[in-house]
Amino acid sequence: MKKNPVIEVKNVFKSFKNVQAVNGVDFKIFKGQSVALLGPNGAGKTTLMEMIEGIQKPNKGDILIMGRKWKGNERELHRDIGLSLQETHFIDRLTVFETLKLFASFYELKRQRVDEIIRIIGLAEKTRSYVVNLSGGQRQRLALGIALLNDPKILLLDEPTTGLDPNARREIWSILMDLKKHSRTSLVLTTHYMEEAEQLCERIIIIDKGRILKQGTLEQLLKEDNDDKIIEFALDESNRPIDRISNPSGFQIQWDADRDTGVIVLKQIEKQLPEFLNFLNQNNLRLQHLECRRKTLDDLFTTMTGRRLHE
Amino acid sequence: MNKRIQQKQLAQLISAHFKEIIRQPAVIFWGIFFPILMALGLGIAFTRQADIVRHVAVIENNHSFAKNKNEASQINAFLENHADKMRPSADKPPQYKITLADKKLGNTTFVFKETTWRHAMVLLKRGNLSIIMDEENGRIEYHFDPLNTDAHFSYLKLSKIFGQNDAVIEENLESVVPLTVHGTRYIDFLIPGLMAMGVMMSCMWGMSYGMIDKRSKKLLRRMVATPMKKSYFLISLMTVRITMNLIESALLFLFAWLVFHITIEGSLAGLLAIFIAGNIAFGGIAIFISCRTANTEVGNGLVNAVVMPMMVLSGVFFSYHNFPDWSIPVIQKLPLTLLADGLRSIFIEGAGFTEIMIPTAILLSIGFFFFSVGLRFFKWH
Repeated sequence: MKKNPVIEVKNVFKSFKNVQAVNGVDFKIFKGQSVALLGPNGAGKTTLMEMIEGIQKPNKGDILIMGRKWKGNERELHRDIGLSLQETHFIDRLTVFETLKLFASFYELKRQRVDEIIRIIGLAEKTRSYVVNLSGGQRQRLALGIALLNDPKILLLDEPTTGLDPNARREIWSILMDLKKHSRTSLVLTTHYMEEAEQLCERIIIIDKGRILKQGTLEQLLKEDNDDKIIEFALDESNRPIDRISNPSGFQIQWDADRDTGVIVLKQIEKQLPEFLNFLNQNNLRLQHLECRRKTLDDLFTTMTGRRLHE
Repeated sequence: MNKRIQQKQLAQLISAHFKEIIRQPAVIFWGIFFPILMALGLGIAFTRQADIVRHVAVIENNHSFAKNKNEASQINAFLENHADKMRPSADKPPQYKITLADKKLGNTTFVFKETTWRHAMVLLKRGNLSIIMDEENGRIEYHFDPLNTDAHFSYLKLSKIFGQNDAVIEENLESVVPLTVHGTRYIDFLIPGLMAMGVMMSCMWGMSYGMIDKRSKKLLRRMVATPMKKSYFLISLMTVRITMNLIESALLFLFAWLVFHITIEGSLAGLLAIFIAGNIAFGGIAIFISCRTANTEVGNGLVNAVVMPMMVLSGVFFSYHNFPDWSIPVIQKLPLTLLADGLRSIFIEGAGFTEIMIPTAILLSIGFFFFSVGLRFFKWH
């Protein structure tokens, strides 16, 4: 199954004026794999995705799609790839059906395929609606439908659910999970939503400042510190500001100023939790909220960069 | 790709662009009804002679309008005897009105208002009037700017009225033969100019702005990420625009034919040839100026930079022969001038296909040149 990669990114660099957007990235994606490029805004995900899509050229390094470079193979590669850009606007006054029919004509597809796609993306009731009258979620589903029209071997989605409400986001996830079940399409998506990466992709590549920080399956990524538990807590307002609290010995508190919460990574929760509670008691600090959970990708990213994914 | 599939792609693109245009009600108004309204307004204004009304300031002196008739000045005495007296309101001084009736060229009405010299100058500066009358040692004086043709016109008429005390307040213009035959009226000059301007505006705003907008919304980028043939996108855009321009111009002509009895004196084939050449010229320019930018503000400026000079110079509404002699050969080579002059030569002068071959060839060359350069540098992403 994993003999020949469908996408091969080899030591790729890309810069814009004084910004190094992609800084020596290497990875391979194999047939049928679903891979998330996870990172905060400005990490270089979209630039990397646009180079895979053939929209931008690397300053250095190579990108091979099914063993072929973009140059000289554009027409063939466009037939094998389906993509959805970050924020595409289609023609406002064309209906959903007409928009799909227009794109279907580029791939020499028949009406039957258009009807099939309308069913897959769940827009049967909106076929005669103008694109301008669709909600954000419906537009994104239309963009996904266009990406799926040619039954692509590789599906590239750039932040497919950014800006959507939770329901609309789940609808997109459901379409993609269905696709994973029923086809051998390789999926690459960029996202800064940890849940999206966890739900849709078996392999995650964490990117920041144009570099790959870590990659692997969710289990592999969290394996190193698998026993680590996270305590997230908030104190009563009278105990704030946080600078009144000095770090207790034995564990390190990380403060999230935006959410006014503290986070502690504990190696042995059974032993350390009572110590933490004792520390609060000794310092006359009253808890407002306390949560104990497993480590997430967001925590992993915070540990590696000192920032959160959503920043 | 076989030919049938290519045709299907092109047909779908043409259909999409066409629907995009006709589904915007504002496009129908600005593209079809606005030029017709403009033709109607300008046609009526310049074809049927309306009454000319001119205001004249008469400088106050010891013999104002309101005083004893025996003490009245020459001007006042004349107005008392020959003019209609009007009093706009009780607290305002009276005004006088003289109308020179003229069935051929339209009536001319002079409204006389007594005022101080200072106030008269203010009115002159504001453009409310162009001539001031005063009396010095029993002689009527006319104050006006000699370079102002309208003031000159008023002076000639007023001096004639006040020069004959027993004035017959009617123009005797038996020697004047107004030219109202088809082809010599202003509307005959205007309609081909409006058609040419419509083609330019429609191509420049419709195509250039449309493409820049599609680029800024990443639609171009999305479309070329498919096996779509890039040239088909531009060809479909031009085809739709030429078709729309044909419809708009045909409706404008139909209106002008029904209302003003405009006719086409020359070759219909020639008319179609230069019309399509004009569309190709402006289509090519539109693609060229919109080939790089994704910023609609920049696009706005670029379109205006092309459109505005031609609107002013190319003689759409009035002849460009009033510009300095040295500039005429340059103006005549502008695409809008070539198109407007070509259309006029067919509409008015009865030109045939051979007469418009050169401007048609130049317009086609302009179109193909800018189309090729634009396509070469076109930024799809």
